[in-house]
Amino acid sequence: MSPPHPSRWIRPLASGLAVIDRMGAPRFHIDATRASETVIVTHGHADHARPGHQHVIATPETLAIMQARYGARFAEQVTPLNWHETMRIGDVDIHLVPAGHVLGSAQIVLDSQGSRVVVSGDYKRKPDPTCAAFEPVACDVFITEATFALPVFSHPDPLTEISRILASLALFPARAHVIGAYSLGKAQRVIALLRQAGYEAPIFIHGALQKLCQLYQDHGIDLGRLEPATTGQKGMPQPALAGQIVIAPPSALSDRWSRRLPDPLIIMASGWMQVKQRAKQSGVEMPLILSDHADWNDLLATIDEVDPKEVWITHGREDALMRALALKGVTAKALHLIGYEDDAE
Amino acid sequence: MIRFARLLEQLLFTPQRNTKIHHLAEWFQNTPMPDRGWGLAALVGEFQSKKAKPALIRAMASTKIDAELFAISYDFVGDLAETVALIWPDPHLSPNSTPPGLSDIVSALGNANAEETKTLISQWLDISDTTTRWGLLKLTTGGLRVGASARTVRLALAHAYGKPVEDIEEIWPLIQPPYTALFDWLENKSPRPNADGKAVFRPLMLAHPLDDQDMASITPENWLVEWKWDGARVQLASGHDGVRLFSRSGDDISSGFPELTKPLDWHGTLDGELLAGQPHDIASFQDLQQRLNRKKPSVKLMKTVPVFLRAYDILIDGENDLRQMPIEHRREILQQRVEGLDHPAIDLSAVLPFTDAQQLDEWRQKCRDGGLIEGLMIKARNSVYHQGRVKGQWFKWKRDPLTADVVLLYAQRGHGKRSSFFSDYTFAAWANHGDQPDGEPVLVPVGKAYSGFSDAELKKLDAFVRANTIQRYGPVRELKKTLVVEVAFDAIGLSSRHKSGVAMRFPRFQRIRWDKPAHEADHLDTLMKWIDS
Repeated sequence: MSPPHPSRWIRPLASGLAVIDRMGAPRFHIDATRASETVIVTHGHADHARPGHQHVIATPETLAIMQARYGARFAEQVTPLNWHETMRIGDVDIHLVPAGHVLGSAQIVLDSQGSRVVVSGDYKRKPDPTCAAFEPVACDVFITEATFALPVFSHPDPLTEISRILASLALFPARAHVIGAYSLGKAQRVIALLRQAGYEAPIFIHGALQKLCQLYQDHGIDLGRLEPATTGQKGMPQPALAGQIVIAPPSALSDRWSRRLPDPLIIMASGWMQVKQRAKQSGVEMPLILSDHADWNDLLATIDEVDPKEVWITHGREDALMRALALKGVTAKALHLIGYEDDAE
Repeated sequence: MIRFARLLEQLLFTPQRNTKIHHLAEWFQNTPMPDRGWGLAALVGEFQSKKAKPALIRAMASTKIDAELFAISYDFVGDLAETVALIWPDPHLSPNSTPPGLSDIVSALGNANAEETKTLISQWLDISDTTTRWGLLKLTTGGLRVGASARTVRLALAHAYGKPVEDIEEIWPLIQPPYTALFDWLENKSPRPNADGKAVFRPLMLAHPLDDQDMASITPENWLVEWKWDGARVQLASGHDGVRLFSRSGDDISSGFPELTKPLDWHGTLDGELLAGQPHDIASFQDLQQRLNRKKPSVKLMKTVPVFLRAYDILIDGENDLRQMPIEHRREILQQRVEGLDHPAIDLSAVLPFTDAQQLDEWRQKCRDGGLIEGLMIKARNSVYHQGRVKGQWFKWKRDPLTADVVLLYAQRGHGKRSSFFSDYTFAAWANHGDQPDGEPVLVPVGKAYSGFSDAELKKLDAFVRANTIQRYGPVRELKKTLVVEVAFDAIGLSSRHKSGVAMRFPRFQRIRWDKPAHEADHLDTLMKWIDS
């Protein structure tokens, strides 16, 4: 007898993707979008890792990130799960493998009733010195994101992109080079890449990045010397920052905070920067194409590699991915999960 | 081409005009002729490769990608050249040739038919990186749109070669791509080209809006007042090389208006308003629009919608350049010439005698009743003809715009800078069905607006669209009919092109009425009352 279709035991609910029991009640959620009983969290970004759940299962790194963001009591109970360590809930075997998105980001491998489902969470395939690389796992159902699922997205080599900042510093040695980068993942990756590219001077960081940079360093990721960019008098230009690299969350770039920067050259590190008009409209002077999500070719190559019977798409530009998979003869469906933002990258 | 594409990218992302000028000047100085000239042509919008039509670019893309995937991509990116540049596969690691130079492109495309053009551009794209592909497609499709106006480009030329920008603008009509004569002069290799006696466009003098402070100083002793006609500003130039009509931006629109471009036995340059109809019976702006839209009007259209020039200034009279003469005296000469010409399609815009500014304000408010008048033009009697907008010389005093409360019906993504925002809105007024005048009123579309909101309001509108979409038709979102907007518009007229039967002139957002329920929006009957007779 063939195993029951996985949609009998895993499906999207209003509260997010859930594994359900035979009565249809959720046994546990994945990245629940509202407070739930048992939740496996793929990674620490705020739209995936929310506070207020009873029991959170995640990698030790993800749990540390949640604790740093939400405080020690962000859940009643936590269960750290190391890479490839198996735990069982009901009749479901669960283990985690790296997704390559940010520190601690995991794919969730679920084995139940003779089928294997992989929930990839957010993931990327380009090299990243700050987190473990994506591991492809063959499966029956591959549940993928589609943030950059358009043929226009072909993200360039990260080190080549980062070297453009160094070239610009040489050209404009009196301007503060301010990089807008999200505080979890992108900021630390930008710093690590700058170090890889040979930049050894101190890097100045916005106060909002302090905690997470420290957390990365505590996990053995070398970010070199970091200095606070937030000293000195409010609203006054700080000559010491001329010709330096400053990293801040994107929201700070248009904030009064940025007035302290001498003749700032605004750089934004994001996969969205690939579309020039989009980069232009965000007021960026140097768009840096640096994404923590898989681009179009990597999405399709990954699906080829894990060779699933079916692909389910969680969020993003599902219509293009659906079309491409249909052309390849792969069965696919869109889950239309809501509550995950695609701008947070 | 690689360096030109980099320049375009720099221009696109550089916010400060001075830095743009710096980048441009550097490019001019470091690019040899004739590539430099062709690049200049592209930057000022005079590089016309008519063969690379959007349809051809789409056809090229269809050889690389599934049509539906292309459509989804284009909808997201909002710019054809950029979409194709992004989806085109990258070249293999070491292509054995490099992308062509600008003049290579010009000469290769010059004699190519559509099929050959397609092959050439495809081959170039195959050996180019993303940015070069983007630049190449922008160049061959025409519109660069990188945020550098023709004026900025000319300022950069002035900066690069140390010449006054006015001198460059003055001779602009005399030169053509690749502008060898221009660069020879800029590099002091030959004298400045000479415009004397030729039917060329002379830069226009423009007016400032009148504000309350200026108003007090308006007296009959020092100011000339005339109506501000609701037509199209044009310049008529008659020289030994013919008669030409130019639009306000300097485009040669002669072919569309044969009644004005027959040879004259007078040489000179007139500034005036192009109006539809006849001097004693002016037709509506919508009628004029029909003529403005045609490159070559049919005999029938010329009969049903004639046009004429209502002249209000004279720049050149025979051998004499009158631009340094006060307008008071120019007007006297203008009157003599217009009378002397005795041309059926040229008449004079009258000077209005007035007593004080108070009276002008009354006229301005009342001029809507007369129709086809937008307000008043107020010019200093001693003003010489400068190019551009000079402070304190000419004022326009428009009648107040009309406003209406309308309901947003559809939204569409903008293009270019606004490609990720829903910024184009179709709005509607209430109307009763013709066959059931007593039935429930329905919303009928009455116009489209793209402007008048701040960036912050655009963000809120965009969020509203995303949260209130009830139906998608390709790129168009149908909205829940709840949001009322106060739109301002300059005029409203009858139109057979629109379902509602009316068309607005330059509608724009005035206020977003988050507070107002949709059923309180205006009725079509109210709008109809404002139609100019």
